[in-house]
Parts: sequence; structure tokens; C-alpha cells
Amino acid sequence: MQAGNLVLLLIALGAVFYFFGWRRSYAVSAPLGGVRHLHSLPGYYASLAAVWCVLPALALLAFWLMIDDAVIRTNLMASLPSSIQPQSQVDHELLLNQIRNVAGGALNPAFVPAEVAAAAEQLNAMQAKNQLMLNIAFISIAVLGGVWGWSRVQPRLRARQQVESVMKWLLMASAMVAILTTLGIVLSVLFESIRFFQKVSPVEFLFGLQWSPQIALRPDQVGATGAFGAVPLFAGTLLISFIAMCVAVPVGLMSAIYLAEYAHKNVRAWAKPILEILAGVPTVVYGFFAALTVAPAIRGLGESMGLTVASESALAAGLVMGIMIIPFISSLADDVITAVPRAMRDGSLALGATQSETIKRVVIPAALPGIMGGILLAVSRAIGETMIVVMAAGLAANLTANPLEAVTTITVQIVTLLVGDQEFDSAKTLAAFALGLMLFIVTLALNVIALKIVRKYREQYE
Amino acid sequence: MSNTTEQVRKSLKARYRSEKRFRAFGISAVAFGLLAVVVLFTDIISKGTSAFVETYIQLDIHWDPAELGIDDPTDPEQVNYADYDALIKAALRERFPDVEDRLERRALYQLASSGAGFRLRDQLQENPDLLGTIQTRWILADDDVDMFIKADAEDRQNTRLPEVARPWVEALERDGHTDIQWNASFFSKGDSREPEQAGVWAAVTGSFFTMLVTLALAFPIGVAAAVYLEEFAPKNRYTDFIEVNINNLAAVPSIIFGLLGLAIFINLFGLPRSVPLVGGLVLTLMTLPTIIISARAAIKSVPPSIREAALGMGASRMQMVMHHVLPLAMPGMLTGAIIGMAQALGETAPLLMIGMVAFIVDIPGGPLDASTVLPVQIYLWADSPEASFVALTSAAIMVLLAFLISMNTLAVLLRKRLERRW
Repeated sequence: MQAGNLVLLLIALGAVFYFFGWRRSYAVSAPLGGVRHLHSLPGYYASLAAVWCVLPALALLAFWLMIDDAVIRTNLMASLPSSIQPQSQVDHELLLNQIRNVAGGALNPAFVPAEVAAAAEQLNAMQAKNQLMLNIAFISIAVLGGVWGWSRVQPRLRARQQVESVMKWLLMASAMVAILTTLGIVLSVLFESIRFFQKVSPVEFLFGLQWSPQIALRPDQVGATGAFGAVPLFAGTLLISFIAMCVAVPVGLMSAIYLAEYAHKNVRAWAKPILEILAGVPTVVYGFFAALTVAPAIRGLGESMGLTVASESALAAGLVMGIMIIPFISSLADDVITAVPRAMRDGSLALGATQSETIKRVVIPAALPGIMGGILLAVSRAIGETMIVVMAAGLAANLTANPLEAVTTITVQIVTLLVGDQEFDSAKTLAAFALGLMLFIVTLALNVIALKIVRKYREQYE
Repeated sequence: MSNTTEQVRKSLKARYRSEKRFRAFGISAVAFGLLAVVVLFTDIISKGTSAFVETYIQLDIHWDPAELGIDDPTDPEQVNYADYDALIKAALRERFPDVEDRLERRALYQLASSGAGFRLRDQLQENPDLLGTIQTRWILADDDVDMFIKADAEDRQNTRLPEVARPWVEALERDGHTDIQWNASFFSKGDSREPEQAGVWAAVTGSFFTMLVTLALAFPIGVAAAVYLEEFAPKNRYTDFIEVNINNLAAVPSIIFGLLGLAIFINLFGLPRSVPLVGGLVLTLMTLPTIIISARAAIKSVPPSIREAALGMGASRMQMVMHHVLPLAMPGMLTGAIIGMAQALGETAPLLMIGMVAFIVDIPGGPLDASTVLPVQIYLWADSPEASFVALTSAAIMVLLAFLISMNTLAVLLRKRLERRW
């Protein structure tokens, strides 16, 4: 990759200028009687020269890579003879793709009109020229910057302050990545969702009861328009999350209580890390476990009792998801239970309450906000969990509350809609982004509420 | 005796019973959790261990120049393109001369793996003198034969091996002409449609390059962000906003990061699909919150006296951070980074979004080669209909878990060895 090579070259150049800056700082200090007469340590002068070499060149590279494609395209299209000038936007894209394929060698020039072949050659020439110009500009900016930084090395130069302010800006930029990520998520899902809602009305999406995103090729076939009512997906997601919480909340909470209040220190030291192994197991492993072990077992059990169980039942996926969430709830609950002050327990025990009464009447009520926050976080995890449901839950959008039937979830549909070939203007692909938007909004709301509750609670006893 | 005491005494039995019941609930909850761990691991290990070995059949291979169409064994062109499967077919015919029906013959030929011929080619390339000789060779068996041999006597009825082929395999087994050997190709090959030839090495290398990109980006950015937020950021609304952002990103479902990668890196920036570079970028954004949060905790644990001493000796704030706070916080940061990496290594969903689910046979040579990663390979194999892929999937899961366990052990050891208590 060309840009990668340029960056490697830049690192080497930066090292060279670091060395020269170092040398020069010694050289300029020699007549004054040694480095102690410099304003800053030699390393700062050296770093300053390297910074002047590296940063402007990197900025140039980023800017260049951002615009060069568009510039080449505009120039190329303007240079085409009028005979093959495209009439519409679609023709424009088609022609451009054709030219690119010929230029890239994927298409034999003999099979296309002579003008297109000529344009392809021109494109190749333009790209070569572009690369050459980039190389020249990049290297000269790097060298000029480095020389400028090097020439500024003087005993009075406040090099340390300058280098430190650059470093501070870099640190701040790193912290901004978090904001940029959130912004990127919001913009990417929002943008595509708006395009989706231009094709399908939000009312239909939010309240429709039919989900069949596969659009038939010919307009006269069955399901020619597709149906984008997402209620069955929401119901399926909630059903599976509910089953998961039915497993995870009692087990997680009770094991946290037992390990925090009853268990011997040694038992706790062993059992807690073993339970936490469950949190470290990748979700794809749980998916495999759910699909190949738990689902057939449940099916066999159900059939022996005379029930019809779908082989991709919601129960199997929910059960395994619950197991996955156990350590999540138990460690959060453990934190808040151990944070309840000792004096509250002692007071209750001194009044004659048994240990379980103390826990039920004093410790749990005191820890309740924190526990609720933890449960909300766990719910948001269950809703957003993907691999278990992709592997163990179904694809068909059934609107049912029967845990023995197959249901599908939001995340399953996102994966099925986006894996494989896609066209980015069909409602089918865009629907995945609309589902992603729903998922993001719901989990975000749950997280914000949960974090607020947890934080508020923490302040109470600190 | 007062009335209240009487009442309490009467209720005491019920209260003690409820105490016992509560305790039993607690014990059974812990037991359920531990049982889940045990069942999960025994299930995977019992399914997966058989994939680490594979079955070979002993055949007398006649390196017949006529059958191969080779007249000069030193000519690489000829050796490369000769039909080695014909040798195996001839050897099988030789071993079972009674089989004459065309359909039966086809079943007979399928005893050997379709990739077995390539190994014969490699042997001839190494030693051209083999041409014309008759040698006893161990030939890789087809996965149906493999399953049949590995199955218990009563389970053999249920394997996929065709009815007609069973007596042949049993005859081979009786004569000691079948052998179960270490499956070396599992650790050296890429994906394949044939279970007996499929391996995890391509996925492991893909994971390695993806993790390399993730580590190279996430660790420096995460540490820098943590340093800024802990040491330099003024307490104001913008800083609060960044903090809220980081906390929320830590809880955003991973699949959303996949959507981000698809929309921004692939559609907007035009980066190629299915490459470790994009996978690494997506996983970087996903693990950054984890790394920032743990790095901040590590920086917080450095006592203020260290900072004050450095500042008192005339260091600038930046020098104080770089020379004193960061080195002291490094063990904690590394521990957090390893745990974040372990999380990223097991992540599947966002990588499905950016197209790392392609069928990749070749072993990737860099972060810009199309590749798959270990968890995605597990997902792909788990989806395959053939029964032998179940064992293969479990074996790949064992490889993945081995990596995760060693990373987490490393983190624990690091914390124990290097962490300082102030």
C-alpha cells in the first residue's frame, strides 16, 4: 500500500531530523559553555525538529487522500468526448465503473468502445501522475518542515513548552476519539435510517405486524413490495431477553448474596473466579453450545413430554444467554452488596433478626438501586447480544409469546440483511440500519438510566 | 412469660426454616453457575478432542509412470500437473479387486480424501527416484471414514459412511491398515470444504493481524485519552461530555460498531472489505472504552505525593506525567489492555458486518489480505451441515479458549508481579 510506505518513510525521516536536531542543539550550545546554557534539554530541540517534519506531512497526506479520488473523477469526466458523456446519474456511475474495470485490468479493453478504452488509459495516467505528485509533495513538505524545525534550534528557543503543547493537543485529540466514535455511530445509522424512512413510513416500521424484507425480483411475484413491520422482531427480542433475565437475575443475585454474606472466604476465593470464566467465554462459543447441545436437549425433553418444540426455540437461546449474563449480574450485585455498611447489618442482627431476614429486609433494600442499575445494564446487553441468537434463534418473524417456538430478533435480522451481497439503495439493506438505530436508542436509554442510578447510589454510602 | 416472647418462640421454627431455605437457594444458585461452567467445557472438550487426530489408510502405491503420464520425474511441470488421484484409485482397486460395479467403485474411491493426491505429489517432488517403484504409504482418509473409525461399535450404524463401504473399512481396520494420527494440517492449513483438510491456521493468522492493528491503535490512543482526562482536562461540561460518552460506548452492543465500520470505513472511506485492517479499526473503537477506563483507574491509583514530589523538584506537568505517573501506572494499563484484547479476540458480530465471513483458503500475509478470524471461522464451521465439522468447530473453540485463557492468565500474573500497593 502506497500510503503505508509513505508513513514508514516519514517515520524514518522523523528519526533523521530528531538526530540532527539533537546534534544541532549541542553545536549551538558549545560556544556558550555546554548544554546547561540551553533553555530546554537537547531532547526537546530534537523532538521539535521531528515534530515539524512529521505533523505537516501527515496532515497533507490525510487531506490529499480525502480529495484525490473526487478530483480525478471530475477531471476524467470533464475530459471525456461528448459522444460518450453520460446523460443521467446512473449512466455516470456505470460508465465510471466500466472505465475503472478496464483501467484495473479486470475488463479487456477490446470489449469496450474505443473512447472508453482511451479514458481508461487516461485514468491510469492520471493516477500515476497523482501518485507521483503526492510523493513529491509529501517528501518535500516533510523535509522542508524538518529543516525549518532544525534551523530554529537556538539556545533561547522555548522548545520544551512548544513540544509539550503539541503533546497536549495530541492527548486531547485522543480523548476526542470517543466523541467522534459516538458521532460516527449516530450519523451512520441515522443517515441510512432516514433514507429507509423515505421508502417505508416510520409508522409502518414501528407498528406493522408483518416482517418479510426479502423483496422479489419481478413486480408481479408474491411479496413484491416486502413488508417492514418490526413488531415481531421487537417481540422476539423481548421474549428471548425475558427468558434470559428469568435465568440470570435469580441465579446471579442469589449467588452474589451467598458468596458475599454466607460463603467461607476460601469458597468465595474459588467460586467467584470460576463464575467469572462465564463472562470471558466468547459469545460465539455460547451460540455453538446453544445450537448444538441445549436446543436438541430441550427439543428431546419437550418431545418426551408430548410438546412440539421448534429446533430453534426461543427457550434454548434465552437459557444460554441467561447463563452468559449470570456473572455480569453477580459481579455488579456483589459490588453493591459489599458496599452496604457493616453497621446496618450489625444493627439488624442485634435486634434479633436472622441472617436471611437481615439480608432481605436491610441489605437488599439498601442495595436495591444499585442492583436495579445492574439489571438494567444486563437487559441492555441481552437486547444487543448477537451471536447466540444468530446461531440458535430462528430467522422467521413469528409474533408469539410461546418460548418453545422459533422467534427472530433485531440483531439476527441486522446480520441476515447485511451479510452477503448488498446494494445500498434497497430498502432491505437500509432496514438493517433502521433496526440498528432502534437498538442503539434503546440500549443507550437503558445505559444512561442505569449509570445514573448506579452513580447516585454509590454517592450515598461513600 | 410475656406474650411477645411466646409469640417469638412460636415463630422461631418457621424463621429458622426460612433461613435454611434461603441458604439452600444461595448454594443452589452458585452450584448452577459452576455446573454451567463444567457442562460448557466438558461438552466442548468431549466434542472437540477427536478433531486433533485423523484417520489414515495404508495402501501400496505404485508410482506408475504410465498412470501419472510422467516420463521425466525431474521436470517440475510434469510432476506438478500429473494425476496423483489415479495412483490412489489404482491402489484401492488393487486392495479390493472384487469391487467391479461402477457405482461401488465410486464409493471405493471416496475412501481416500480428495486432497490425498497432493501429498503424493509433494513426496515425488522431494524424491524423483520414487517413480516406477511400489511403496507402502499412509493415505489421508475421507471424513466419513474418519468418523466411522472414531465412532464406538454401536454408534457406527449412524455414521454417514455408505452401507457398501463399511465392510471395506472394517477389513482395512482388521488388517491393521488404518491408523489414527496427529492432525498436523489442522494447525497449518486454511479453511476447506473437506473437513479432513480444513485447518485453523489461516484464521489464527487473520486474528493475529487484526489484533496487531487493534493493539497498535487502541493502546496508545486509550492511554493518551486516559492521561488527558485524568491529568490535564479542566473540569467543565466538555470533559463531562467526553466521560459520559466513554461510559456509554462501553455498553453499546458490539454489532452497532459493525454498522459503523460498514457505513464509515467501507462505504465512506472506500477501504476494502474482509481485511484485518478494517476489522482492527472496528475492534479498536470497540475496545477503546475498556482500555480508557482501566487506564484511568491505573493513573488514579498513583498517589498524589509522587506528583507533588516531581512538581516540587521543578518538573513540568508533562514531565511529571511522562517520567513518573505513566511508568508507575503502566502495569495496571497493560493488564487492562490485555483484558480488552481478549475481549476483542473473541468478538464476532461486528466482523460479520464488515464482510470477514468470506470463505478464505489462503493464509493471509498482511493486514490488507482478505482473511477471516478465529471466532468467525467457528461461526462458519458451526453453520456447516457435515457432522465432522462439529468436531472441527469444537477443536477451533478449544484453540480460541486456549488463547483467551493464556491472555487472562498473563494479565493476572502481570498484576500480581508488577502491581504496587501504596
